[in-house]
Amino acid sequence: MTTAAERLPREFRPADVRDAGAEIDVQKVRRDFPILRQRVHGRALVYLDNAATSQKPQVVIDAIRRYYERDNANIHRGVHFLSEHATEEYEGARRKVQSFFNAADASEIIFVRGATEAINLVAQTYGRTNVHAGDEVLITAMEHHSNIVPWQILCEEKGARLRVAPISDTGELLLEDFEKLLGPRTKIVAVTQVSNALGTITPVQRIIEIAHRGNIPVLVDGAQAVPHLKVDVQALGCDFYVFSGHKVYGPTGIGVLYGKSALLDAMPPYQGGGDMISSVTFEKTIYNKLPYKFEAGTPHVAGAIGLGAAIEYVNGFGMDNIAAYEHELLAYATEAVSAIPGIRLIGTAKEKAGVLSFLLDSIHPHDIGTILDQEGIAIRTGHHCAQPVMQRFGIAATARASFALYNTREEVDALVEGIQKVREVFA
Amino acid sequence: MPDLRELYQEVILEHSKAPRNYRELATANHRAEGYNPLCGDHFTVYLDLEGDSIRDVSFQGSGCAISKASASLMTQSVKGKTTAQAARLFDQFHKLVTGQSPANGNRAELGKLAVFSGVSEFPVRVKCATLAWHTLHASLEGKQGTVSTE
Repeated sequence: MTTAAERLPREFRPADVRDAGAEIDVQKVRRDFPILRQRVHGRALVYLDNAATSQKPQVVIDAIRRYYERDNANIHRGVHFLSEHATEEYEGARRKVQSFFNAADASEIIFVRGATEAINLVAQTYGRTNVHAGDEVLITAMEHHSNIVPWQILCEEKGARLRVAPISDTGELLLEDFEKLLGPRTKIVAVTQVSNALGTITPVQRIIEIAHRGNIPVLVDGAQAVPHLKVDVQALGCDFYVFSGHKVYGPTGIGVLYGKSALLDAMPPYQGGGDMISSVTFEKTIYNKLPYKFEAGTPHVAGAIGLGAAIEYVNGFGMDNIAAYEHELLAYATEAVSAIPGIRLIGTAKEKAGVLSFLLDSIHPHDIGTILDQEGIAIRTGHHCAQPVMQRFGIAATARASFALYNTREEVDALVEGIQKVREVFA
Repeated sequence: MPDLRELYQEVILEHSKAPRNYRELATANHRAEGYNPLCGDHFTVYLDLEGDSIRDVSFQGSGCAISKASASLMTQSVKGKTTAQAARLFDQFHKLVTGQSPANGNRAELGKLAVFSGVSEFPVRVKCATLAWHTLHASLEGKQGTVSTE
């Protein structure tokens, strides 16, 4: 997030406010990502599908490769050199995640497959223990399917009710309605910090304050927030925070559940197996302490190490600088794309990050996507795993350009030219 | 490199903008819904069958230019045909859009449907071109519920 001072024209800014994004040399950044060097359909690749997954810098690829070439062993159980070393690397990655979003303790960081698994874990453990018939789970109308369906499964099993806080025509959460939906039956609130379909940044800090007045825990889905914003889980005060490694320049198959240790301690395990126990007899099993209680089986060691490398990579720029750079790029893209005749932006919240969803006349997004692809431009088209958002706006799909640290204004210009080409084809 | 003009031929663009037989069919005795969950395309195909003869056919729904034009041209192609002829046409159309119909082969039976030959260069769009046909097939079979491309 940029501060208000940083959004002022340069000449009005206080002297101590750095030029927004000035720390980012984007051409240098691009050289860190080998995949960006290729051409697609004879054109330079313009990768604008970062909300689906981000590309990987060489340091992440090298970390994974080094692990398999030099360090591979199973962790937490071997007495040999490699096992000890692999364990150190894996636990080192956990500490990197901890300090990245300022968790109080490394044992509050659970490695999972991704944000989806993290939400399922909370629904199936905290949820199944604490949500009963007649209780309510409160989400918002701009959630990804992964923050809807796990709660639906829980509510169906328990006879509980899923409540949905509405959003405005610009795609902003209606906070007053949200507050009214909170009640004595609400057992958990689950809310995204950035909408994957609209780009809206939600007021999670306020949501958490309001929910905590009624002692209701809050899960924050940070899948789209972590790549773009500085996150501090203690400052937020959230009870659970989830994200996926692959959206923040890390590998697929690794993600994080943060939970306050008091909550995690009281929760039953999610999956049973090796590593999550301290002792097993056929009569009784004693579960391991945090975080291992929730990490049954051999984890994705290489993935965790790759995620650790990705976090070090973004830390090298500073999340504030990344946020400032991307904020400017999104503002530039919004202005440029809006100026094209026939464009309708979906998601025009005041506070946005990373995402530009749009429609062009009555041209189906799928056709837009195919034509842009021929220009080497990768965007996402469809419902973005957020069908209720599409229903809210009375549309079937959108075209979505989503940005990352390595995207440039020239790429935005290429997108604009590509959209003009779509208009020509359908003229 | 695949050519966009091969995919978005004039006939296809024109049918997508002004689809033929785009209405609910009052005399329909068969109908089926088709859905592509990946892109949200959704069509209903209405059939008026007399014995094994397709007396009338229409469709409604929403989708991309390829899927809409395909539905439109399909209704024109199968109207007045027998169900066996329609099935054979679907088979030939499927071969065309999946690149199994040689350019120098006999495409005469396909008639106007030959404009979809460019789809074979765009594998992800094959489902768009065949959605209406799968739906027609389901309604001929009298299947209940929605057919899905997935």
